[in-house]
Amino acid sequence: MKNSKILILITALVFIFLIGPFIMIFLTSFSSDSIMRFPPKGFTLAWYTKALNIEMFRTTFWVSLKTGLAATATALILGVPVAYANIRFNYRGKNALELLFSSPAIVPGMVIGFSLLRFFVYVSNIPIGIGLYLGHTAILFPYTVRVVSSSLRNFEGDIEQAAISLGSTPLHAFFAVVLPNIQSGLVAAFILAFITSFNNVPVSLFLTGPGVATLPIQMLSYMEYYYDPTISALSSIIIVLTVIVVQSAEKLLGISKYV
Amino acid sequence: MAFIELNGIDAGYEKGKPILKNFNLSVEQGELVSLLGPSGCGKTTTLRTIAGFIMAEQGAVTIGGKDYTNVPPNKRNIGLVFQNYALFPHLTVFDNVAYGLRRRKVEKPEIAKRVAEVLKLVSLKGFESRFPAQLSGGQRQRVALARSIVIQPELLLLDEPLSNLDAKLRDEMRAELSRLQHQLGITMIYVTHDQIEAMSLSSRIIVMNEGLIEQTGTPEQIYESPATPFVARFVGFDNHVDGTLLELGPKGVLVDVHGVQFVSRRPSPNLSKADEGKKVSLFFRPDDTLIGAVPGANAMEVGIDFSNYQGNTTQYAMHLGTHALRAVVVGKPVADGVERTVFSIPPEKLIVERGV
Repeated sequence: MKNSKILILITALVFIFLIGPFIMIFLTSFSSDSIMRFPPKGFTLAWYTKALNIEMFRTTFWVSLKTGLAATATALILGVPVAYANIRFNYRGKNALELLFSSPAIVPGMVIGFSLLRFFVYVSNIPIGIGLYLGHTAILFPYTVRVVSSSLRNFEGDIEQAAISLGSTPLHAFFAVVLPNIQSGLVAAFILAFITSFNNVPVSLFLTGPGVATLPIQMLSYMEYYYDPTISALSSIIIVLTVIVVQSAEKLLGISKYV
Repeated sequence: MAFIELNGIDAGYEKGKPILKNFNLSVEQGELVSLLGPSGCGKTTTLRTIAGFIMAEQGAVTIGGKDYTNVPPNKRNIGLVFQNYALFPHLTVFDNVAYGLRRRKVEKPEIAKRVAEVLKLVSLKGFESRFPAQLSGGQRQRVALARSIVIQPELLLLDEPLSNLDAKLRDEMRAELSRLQHQLGITMIYVTHDQIEAMSLSSRIIVMNEGLIEQTGTPEQIYESPATPFVARFVGFDNHVDGTLLELGPKGVLVDVHGVQFVSRRPSPNLSKADEGKKVSLFFRPDDTLIGAVPGANAMEVGIDFSNYQGNTTQYAMHLGTHALRAVVVGKPVADGVERTVFSIPPEKLIVERGV
């Protein structure tokens, strides 16, 4: 019994540590105080109105959304065949290749950001928007490969062979039999990758430039000058939206088993 | 030329490491042949080579007189039934069965007609709109069967199709397979590690071991006259004693085992006069063993390790010299505390092979 009390205590601490900051942000976003302070005083929705009306937040939100969607889609299109090849076939250098594919998830974001900066901006002179898209694609790729791999691993190769024995070419079997059955894995990969992109700071920090920023970068630079609860309000909106998306995907497709 | 011929096949999962080496097999049209053997013996490799999922590195695959060696699996028109059913989880029973017909661009009304016919044949009428997850194991396997025969394949390959089913269902499905085979007259190759399944279904059994064919024969030939020590053990000749061949004579085969003479009156085609004086192995089944000295049978004094009363039979673990033996004998066990007793084995139940 003593054991279980300690366990409950530790669990509670972990929960407080994980969820506490969110609750504080949520509460301060309604505070009528003009600086972020806890406990909040009074109640107002003014910060929400302000957050939604700041032009820079709106434009950078669109940049984040477009970058996230495009990079996620690209990472998926590249990730599905790679995951498929790694699950189905054995070839020389497979392990080395797998390590290479997962390196963007292992190498620190700052290092990636800086190397991409050198490559895109100093060497290739690629426009900021495109650089951002390519950089995000690179960091999302390992996630899509991993999630799609785990859903492919659950899908028996015999089913594909059955389709082939019934007259499908391997390519047709992939589209007719494999893809429909890894749908939820694809959705899970999409959501995970998109959220990763949307939240990314270290890589975006290096790749954004004059006039182009992503939402998190814009939020950081806003906080350098203003310390009012606008950021709390904006963060609360993002958290609520994320929870809704993840929850409904989990309810509909049970995506957590792939991540 | 037989309907299916594999000639000099080298095949395996990794290039340069063939599981089958110079493998030959022929199956007549309308036959149901079983490939029987332990896991890893190459029976599934053989099946996959015929299906085209493994391309032979050497040799030729001929089906119905046509060379199929380099034909990809989707162009072979061979039905395939898997151990784990391998149904398409996202399609209904109807769409699962219709899959092959749609690939063959069969007209819609014709598809409906043929799917209905085949579902009736496997007693699954009324299940058209169910999904695989809503079916029992036996029903799933029947869908898999329907799906593979609806395309009117030249040949049906079955890879341990019953081993995921429980004992009762397995018996039912076995009967059903047998009935379908008679009804459709389709050539079938059936892979299994289960001797009873192979015996009850097939007209011919091919026993495989380590990529080679050990013996080909009717179920009776395999069961009664195993041709090699491996087959003998596989079909239940579990007891093995070493001896020296004394004489290969008209009265039978005489073998000396630690000073005791054993007589076998079974044909020993693998032995010749030249083997006299050489090491041989004796094999016999636990349930052919008799308790006590029986006139005309080979008696041996054995040490009893333990006995296990099982109702109408008693199981003994015992030893003769260093050889551990088993016996299953009708009746109650010998009295407690008896450590040595005499067992007999009739001469016609004793197999003699070259020493292993």
